[in-house]
Amino acid sequence: MSVDLRTTYMGLELAHPVMPSASPLTGDLNTLRRLEDAGAPAVVLPSLFEEQIEHEEMELVRLMDFGSESFGEATFGYFPELADYATGPGTYLDLVSRAKNSLSIPVIGSINGTSKGGWIKYGRLIEEAGADALELNIYFIPTDPKVSTAQVEQQYLDLVMSVKQSLSIPLAVKIGPFFSSIPHIARRLVESGADALVIFNRFYQPDIDIEDLKVRTDLQLSTSTELRLPLRWTAILHGRIKASLAVTTGVHTSEDVIKLILAGADVTMMASALLKNGPDHLRSVVTGVERWLHENDYESIEQLKGSLSQASSPDPGAFERANYMKTLVTYAGPFV
Amino acid sequence: MENKVATIDGNEAAAYVAHKTNDVIAIYPITPASPMGELADVWSATGRKNLWGEVPEVIEMQSEAGAAGAVHGSLQAGALTTTFTASQGLLLMIPNMFKIAGELLPAVIHIAARTVATHALSIFGDHSDVMAARSTGFAILASSSVQEAHDLALIAHAATLESRIPFMHFFDGFRTSHEVNKIELLSDETIRALISDELVREFRSRRLSPDQPAVRGTAQNPDVFFQAREAANSYYNAVPDIVQGTMDKFGQLTGRNYRLFEYVGAPDAERVIVLMGSGVGAVEETVEALNRNGEKVGVVKVRLYRPFATSALIGTLPATTKSIAVLDRTKEPGAPGEPLYQDVITAIAEEQVAGRTAWESFPTVIGGRYGLSSKEFTPSMVAGIFAELEKPEPKNHFTIGIVDDVTHTSLSYDEEFSTEAEGGTRAVFFGLGADGTVGANKNSVKIIGENTPLYAQGHFVYDSKKSGATTVSHLRFSKQPIHSTYEIKNANFVACHQFNFLEKMDVLGVAEPGATFLLNSHYGSDEVWNHLTADAQQQIINKDLEFYVVDGGKVAGEAGLAGRINTVLQTCFFALSGILPRDEAIEEIKKAIAKSYGKFGDTVLERNYAAVDGALAALHRVEVPAAVTAKTNGHKLIPDYAPDFVQRVTALMMEGKGDLLPVSALPVDGTFPTGTTRWEKRSIGDEIPIWDPEICIDCAKCAMVCPHAAIRMKVYDPEALETAPARFPSKDWRGRDLPGKKMTIQVAPEDCTGCGVCVDVCPAKSKEIVRHKSINMRPLLEHVARERKNFEFFLEIPEMDRTEVNPNTVKGSQMLEPLFEFSGACAGCGETPYIKLMTQMFGDRTIIANATGCSSIYGGNLPTTPYTTNSEGRGPAWANSLFEDNAEFGLGMRLALEAETSQARSLVAALVPEIGEGLGESLLSADQSDEAGIAAQRARVVQLKERLERIERDDARNLATLADSLVRKSVWIVGGDGWAYDIGFGGLDHVMASGRDINILVLDTEVYSNTGGQASKATPRGAVAKFAAGGKQTAKKDLGQIAMAYGNVYVAQVALGANNIQVVKAFSEAESFNGPSLIIAYSQCIAHGIDMEKGMSHQKEAVDSGYWPLFRYDPRLEDHHPFHLDSKKPSIRFKEFAWQEARFAMLARSQPEEAERLFRLAQDDIDERWSLYEQLADIERNVPGDLSDEEVEG
Repeated sequence: MSVDLRTTYMGLELAHPVMPSASPLTGDLNTLRRLEDAGAPAVVLPSLFEEQIEHEEMELVRLMDFGSESFGEATFGYFPELADYATGPGTYLDLVSRAKNSLSIPVIGSINGTSKGGWIKYGRLIEEAGADALELNIYFIPTDPKVSTAQVEQQYLDLVMSVKQSLSIPLAVKIGPFFSSIPHIARRLVESGADALVIFNRFYQPDIDIEDLKVRTDLQLSTSTELRLPLRWTAILHGRIKASLAVTTGVHTSEDVIKLILAGADVTMMASALLKNGPDHLRSVVTGVERWLHENDYESIEQLKGSLSQASSPDPGAFERANYMKTLVTYAGPFV
Repeated sequence: MENKVATIDGNEAAAYVAHKTNDVIAIYPITPASPMGELADVWSATGRKNLWGEVPEVIEMQSEAGAAGAVHGSLQAGALTTTFTASQGLLLMIPNMFKIAGELLPAVIHIAARTVATHALSIFGDHSDVMAARSTGFAILASSSVQEAHDLALIAHAATLESRIPFMHFFDGFRTSHEVNKIELLSDETIRALISDELVREFRSRRLSPDQPAVRGTAQNPDVFFQAREAANSYYNAVPDIVQGTMDKFGQLTGRNYRLFEYVGAPDAERVIVLMGSGVGAVEETVEALNRNGEKVGVVKVRLYRPFATSALIGTLPATTKSIAVLDRTKEPGAPGEPLYQDVITAIAEEQVAGRTAWESFPTVIGGRYGLSSKEFTPSMVAGIFAELEKPEPKNHFTIGIVDDVTHTSLSYDEEFSTEAEGGTRAVFFGLGADGTVGANKNSVKIIGENTPLYAQGHFVYDSKKSGATTVSHLRFSKQPIHSTYEIKNANFVACHQFNFLEKMDVLGVAEPGATFLLNSHYGSDEVWNHLTADAQQQIINKDLEFYVVDGGKVAGEAGLAGRINTVLQTCFFALSGILPRDEAIEEIKKAIAKSYGKFGDTVLERNYAAVDGALAALHRVEVPAAVTAKTNGHKLIPDYAPDFVQRVTALMMEGKGDLLPVSALPVDGTFPTGTTRWEKRSIGDEIPIWDPEICIDCAKCAMVCPHAAIRMKVYDPEALETAPARFPSKDWRGRDLPGKKMTIQVAPEDCTGCGVCVDVCPAKSKEIVRHKSINMRPLLEHVARERKNFEFFLEIPEMDRTEVNPNTVKGSQMLEPLFEFSGACAGCGETPYIKLMTQMFGDRTIIANATGCSSIYGGNLPTTPYTTNSEGRGPAWANSLFEDNAEFGLGMRLALEAETSQARSLVAALVPEIGEGLGESLLSADQSDEAGIAAQRARVVQLKERLERIERDDARNLATLADSLVRKSVWIVGGDGWAYDIGFGGLDHVMASGRDINILVLDTEVYSNTGGQASKATPRGAVAKFAAGGKQTAKKDLGQIAMAYGNVYVAQVALGANNIQVVKAFSEAESFNGPSLIIAYSQCIAHGIDMEKGMSHQKEAVDSGYWPLFRYDPRLEDHHPFHLDSKKPSIRFKEFAWQEARFAMLARSQPEEAERLFRLAQDDIDERWSLYEQLADIERNVPGDLSDEEVEG
């Protein structure tokens, strides 16, 4: 088969548009190698969290200092002094550089936060450790009714601008879907310096344990049904913004990939699918895409890309419809 | 040669040299010497090499006796070996010291000299330990300052190699060991120059080796022992010259010249003081000051104490000497004088008789004791001694620094006399243990010492509590070297870092007129005056203090450093004292912060920098009004109805004025009254638990887990409420066992530490707001007034009749009065709830033998102690002997009780005709297996005593004295894992083997908690602790299994936070078992690196992961399957539990691969042990011997 699967993602030339996104799999050097062997064209490393760094450092100091210099028999506290506590980004940066040394595909670092703090400099540190690009993951769950949408959005834009200023490598920005106007925020993010948009951040939603009356947060992997949300917006955004489009969440099968490319994605990203099925799943998905392209006489991914985006679709209105009477009326289920 | 300057303390100064000059270091931690071993361990762990390019091997042994044995063995086999110790530890080394000296093995033991325990234990400094070891044949070198601790350490290591005589090198515990001072650090070249490789080779060539076999440690007989003992005389004779020669060589290399005895003072002095140790500093200052005023005095500083170079001593004394005072920092009761005095007077007598002295007549020589247990020794006292020496008949065998109104040994002196230098900064800082004051002050000493030509000294005083402790830092900065080895009494800068200190203690008493006073205050400069006590206002006005305030809490909070006000206050200190220009000071502070906290990460640094930057803007001068405006002085510490002893003695100690107590105020034999913590209302909890009766389900868990008995449950008759205060909460008791009763959960608001454990375990949640539980933490200030009244009333409600309560349930146990309350244990301590439970169940008839450790500190550290009495005046009797002997100590108590009971029973039998057959019979056959039985026997004993009063016979009087032993007593041996697994294990084993009826409670924190977290054999694999900085390599010793091997020992492993009822059952079964019973109790600790509020929840995870299996082994079980697993199969992995505790997580971060390896092994440890225990549950055992569970009588 001689289908050209290549795609370009924020200036990075990739062999094909299916790549692993940030997950526990990409935090381990051995699995990274397996992913590369399975054909990954690039990898996104797990995210370095603002609150995790700050919280861990402060917590460690608090525990180390606790009880020191207050009781005469234990003046130096209750722990030995270690040479290195490996807090902060040290371990992560180590992973970045070791990944760069072991892999021949682009390595994309990832940082995660909500506000402009000193930790932004970790973006630069990740670049210095050798990363080819940086993914900035912004999420913010607003709870204060007095903080307006405009303020929230401005926070995002300020953050992107300050991170971008510190980098010379490309910057991808990953966002959630909860904006009043996704095309608007997308445009402004690109203006602020985003070279790519990654849609959508999948928030881990809390659950309630009714036995213990506790709030629980645990990891629930995605399914293909979650594809529809980013699918719609990929189609709407394609051609409207001057940045690469990456799609994550709900990408499990080669069909999912094809749909997204049709809608206009430059790259699709998998996490849950690989966690469920293992790194080799990547290869079978790519093979599936290639087969479909071949069977349907497409020459390349580029040719496929965006051909069913809103701009190119025969029924552009379909992407804008949120509730459609016919969809509801024709629904048939066991209790209807 | 350019030498580096360093600001370090005495311990580090000595350890630095020891680490460079040895191959093997075998230690055991003991305050105040522990830091030496810990530093050596850290240096070796980070690869620091000795002179020969090797990293010294550092090993922690099971006791000092073990360490001495290891040192001896290592020396025999040819390795340069050293150790560090103090006090009791040195005593345990004595047998080996005799051997090491007898075998002419060169070595140095570095000692932070500390008091030997006599009527009490003391962690503080004096020479009683070194003096107790002076006959071992070791040479003794005494350092009197941090520089000397460094220099003489090297001289000792050099001289021992040359002379083959082993050395003790000592310096005063805390005063020198913990004093931070600016010294010149010896370069490797200097150290090298003094340690002769040839001598090292000679040493090694004598090693015990099969290549040159020899026999040492023969058993000798009367025919040759004596001669052989004398054979080494010439080696001893050579020591003084060798030491002086080494000192001379040292002087050539460094410019610091030492002599065996050194004289300072007027060349024509008539009055001379002789002493050694840190006291030298105070004496030298006084000598200089007095001589400047035209007096003729001098001081002889003793450096080499053994061998005692008589002629050298005489040589240093001026020919004009008329009277000498020899000062000893120890006491030898019954001797004609203290050790140094005896040696000096012997030396003078010998030389005088031999005609080798320059003076005309024999000088007057008097001996005195000073400074025992770090009692202050000040220039004013020294002046008093010199004044005494002027008298025609100066008092001999005097004491100085105390008021002896019993045998009148004490000298009086003028307290106003001072030798503090003009110019120079004298700063005193009052801080709270948790706020970082001491750390910041140590940094300040470093900053100034290492960046300016100024000299710097820091001395730190801690109080007796483990949490909420007050710290006082004494800092001096001066253009001249600082030898002031005493606390500052006239500070020109005073900082108070916690506002409420002004009410609790006399903060401003130490300020001199015109001093600067910096107060950390939430109130601004315009309103703070109105919140000061009258006393504080008066002092500020009278002394014309420059008064500044800063809201440290606010600045720290804004910078994201809640509560850690240290850097804020430190910045203000520098700005106000002007020692460094402001900008330079700020830069240096930030550098110091980077050094201290850099390795923790950038967030910490940035927040501290922000605190520094925000400090000066928040610093404000206060306009001092002309007159006092306050009406009150805070409330009196002790109410008038407190017992006499508490009012006279304890109160003064609580106020920090214990030094004022005369000898007559103190007990003669170390016996103190119990129940004194209730008078010390510390109010250290910012929040306290407030009870909402609507939601309570009467589970009693809160009362059960409280470490301080600061939240209690009472079940009572409704009539008791008739006199209750207005808002005293109560509810109906739900249990059908006690119908119609009411119950209350009550907090002791001023005793609560605010740990929050009770709230964490409370299972009752409101239906409307889940976060709202039956108890919730609320701000102290909002609730204290009401809760104080409620608690006072609560205490008056009559206790439940013990015979009506089933003590073997959780609720039942918590209906019983706790007789262990308000100890100084850490907030959230895991040990104390077990002790409290034990006192609830058996306290009114318990004797406790308590090992040294956390439990002896919170159990017995003055001024107040937590064991208390019930309304009948009964309660636990408690004693701490030593560390290594605790099991034996407790066994001794049981033996005594048995002897007394036996005698009492014999007397009862003999006196039956007089006391009545009925009473006699029932006394002797009483069933005391439950509360009712005990109550009945007590009633009989009362009757017995009444009848005995009418009988005029010695027999009757004897029985009257012993009658109480007819009531069954419970003996509990209590201690931590340091005692049980390590130093006391031999004794524990023997006690278990004895088969006697005794209970043992091991409070297992899995580490040496009290001395700061050194690893014990109870430390689990993979945990980080001192001496296991890279994670403990070996698995935890299974003490339970070892005990179970006996077969006739009751063994239980419990965890209160995981299973309340199993704990209660275990205590009950242990007590009823007629034989040795061992309970191993999981105790969370701050050394685990956890949020102490969640300590009990951690226990659950420990059990759920199989890390801490729960079991009971009861030899009485009739089905012959005595082992019963009480916890379920592990349901979570070890890692899940471990990640939540910094003691494991730290390793995972700093050495991820090693952590992986150790955690995997730890999981294997758990799996294998679980498998083993499951099999044990099936094993049938039939241990021979009489295991009837007939109740023991008495």
